[in-house]
Amino acid sequence: MMQKVKPLDHLILILGTLFLMAPVVMALMSSTHDPVDIHSNGLYFTPGSNGAATYGKVLTHKGGFTGDVTGMTMLMNSMIMGIGFAVGKVVLSMMAAYALVYFRFRFATLLFWMIFTTLLLPLEVRIMPSYQVMSKLGLLNSYTGLIVPLLASATGTFFFRQFFRSVPDEMLEAARIDGAGPFKFFIDILVPLSRTMMAAIFIIMFIYGWNQYLWPLLMTTDESFYTLMRGIKSILQVWIGSQIPDYNEAFALAVLAMIPPVAVVVIFQRMFIKGLTESDK
Amino acid sequence: MAHLSLRGVGKTYAGGTSAAVSGIDIEIADGEFIVLVGPSGCGKSTLLRMVAGLETISTGEVRIGDRVVNQLDPAERDIAMVFQNYALYPHMSVRDNMAYGLKNRGQSKAVIAERVAEAARMLELGPYLDRKPRALSGGQRQRVAMGRAIVRQPAAFLFDEPLSNLDAKLRVSMRMEIRKLQKRLGTTSLYVTHDQLEAMTLADRLVVLNGGRVEQIGAPLEIYRKPASTFVASFIGAPAMSLLDAHVEGGAITLEDHALARIGNPAGPVILGLRAEDIRIADHGIPMAVEHVEELGAQRIVHGTIGGQPLAVIDTGEAAVQDAVLVSIDPDRLHLFDTATGRRIEKHLHPTPEPAL
Repeated sequence: MMQKVKPLDHLILILGTLFLMAPVVMALMSSTHDPVDIHSNGLYFTPGSNGAATYGKVLTHKGGFTGDVTGMTMLMNSMIMGIGFAVGKVVLSMMAAYALVYFRFRFATLLFWMIFTTLLLPLEVRIMPSYQVMSKLGLLNSYTGLIVPLLASATGTFFFRQFFRSVPDEMLEAARIDGAGPFKFFIDILVPLSRTMMAAIFIIMFIYGWNQYLWPLLMTTDESFYTLMRGIKSILQVWIGSQIPDYNEAFALAVLAMIPPVAVVVIFQRMFIKGLTESDK
Repeated sequence: MAHLSLRGVGKTYAGGTSAAVSGIDIEIADGEFIVLVGPSGCGKSTLLRMVAGLETISTGEVRIGDRVVNQLDPAERDIAMVFQNYALYPHMSVRDNMAYGLKNRGQSKAVIAERVAEAARMLELGPYLDRKPRALSGGQRQRVAMGRAIVRQPAAFLFDEPLSNLDAKLRVSMRMEIRKLQKRLGTTSLYVTHDQLEAMTLADRLVVLNGGRVEQIGAPLEIYRKPASTFVASFIGAPAMSLLDAHVEGGAITLEDHALARIGNPAGPVILGLRAEDIRIADHGIPMAVEHVEELGAQRIVHGTIGGQPLAVIDTGEAAVQDAVLVSIDPDRLHLFDTATGRRIEKHLHPTPEPAL
């Protein structure tokens, strides 16, 4: 396995890493400078002296029109979005896939492909009708309205379906002989077996939910539902007259917005890889 | 513990035109070890799965004990099954794998612990109870699968080719273990295999299946000595029984113009069945052209032809086998089959048979 160290390969890897890391480092460093400096000198690669103050302000300063949205609120909202999305999508797509794979419906395959193709259409295509439905249901400006309409997941259903199909039939038969009904089989056997799959879908969906911009923008007018993504945008929108936007705060928010997805990937990746290498069905 | 009875059991798959299994009648006594054997596609697994309740029964009736179980769920049939690929739950420890069925039946923790401990002791799985199946070898996994069946204390064990995934050596030792265990527990067992050697060594009685029908039911030796058809004759025993075209003419059975024995059967063509061990290489007899020799150590199998018809002979001699040899056949041991139906024909040897040529 161990081969001779190839300097060229390493050079390419190092360059690639630098290339990908540079913007992140730049954002982090710039966030510790004064906005006026950033405006006049451009972005920084060196740490400044304003770090603690900026981050403190971003997290606790009450902003917005109503004056009571802090960075913490936005972080909280983004968390609710991300986790609600991820958990909801995992649960819903697992149940859908379970039904599709293990219960004999007429036209199950046809139904599956119908679900699949319609859900492959991006949110933007159905955003007006979805908005209309939510508005009629009175769910604007609520977490339910933010999360529920986007829970059905073609990708998730598809992945879980493929995974369930790869579980040997004997497992089901053994469970049936062991007296496990459909519910027990799902909870006791399939869910634990799908752990790695769940982790993978969770990562993808958390980031998807975390990064949502358009949908929250449409669904919520109440500032207490602001997510980080909207917060960043609103900081940069203050360009009135000669006022300099708070670049440092925008960068600080961006850095903060990066932490949870990175944490999720780091935490679940371990489980994900462990599952992949030790897989034994 | 219970007897098991299959009456007129048949299976036709939805959309299938012909029956996969039909008209199976087997009565299995309490504690008996029955092996279903046959080539792949003969319906033996389907039959087993119908008993287990994993396949619906199209026709006929399956009884376990005194209950007709046709409509019951697998869990309610009081059976336990061992699968070819073990089907252990990979995320559960050995202990949990064995306990799962009992837990679902609402057994108390104490009973479960006791039964699992008992099974683990019997199968020497004690040290592995807290391991996951992936940390076990094939033989150990097989034992866990057995353990999962044992703890349930079912009316019947069903085995679906449980040893097929093991290597040859392990297979032999597991075979003996299964047999010992079954004797000790006295649980009625139904065992499916395509390996005729496994079938012979395990069974109290063998059921030979072909094309979804029973060819013959009987004790292993009975089947070996009196195969009911050419199919059974060629399937049971290794090397396979040689089947040759022969004639009954003038009160004697003749093979390629050599009279073998005086016989009272009606004249006409027959299929002559000869077991390799019933033929000897001798200084007199029928000439056989040798084609190749399989050395097995204790003995060797000589493959050759008599008048173009293939034949296998077991030879225990030391000397090298010539290209052409003479073989003598024990007239008591030859088998006759009908040329049209392949069914066995009882031979009527004359009371004082002439010595075979």
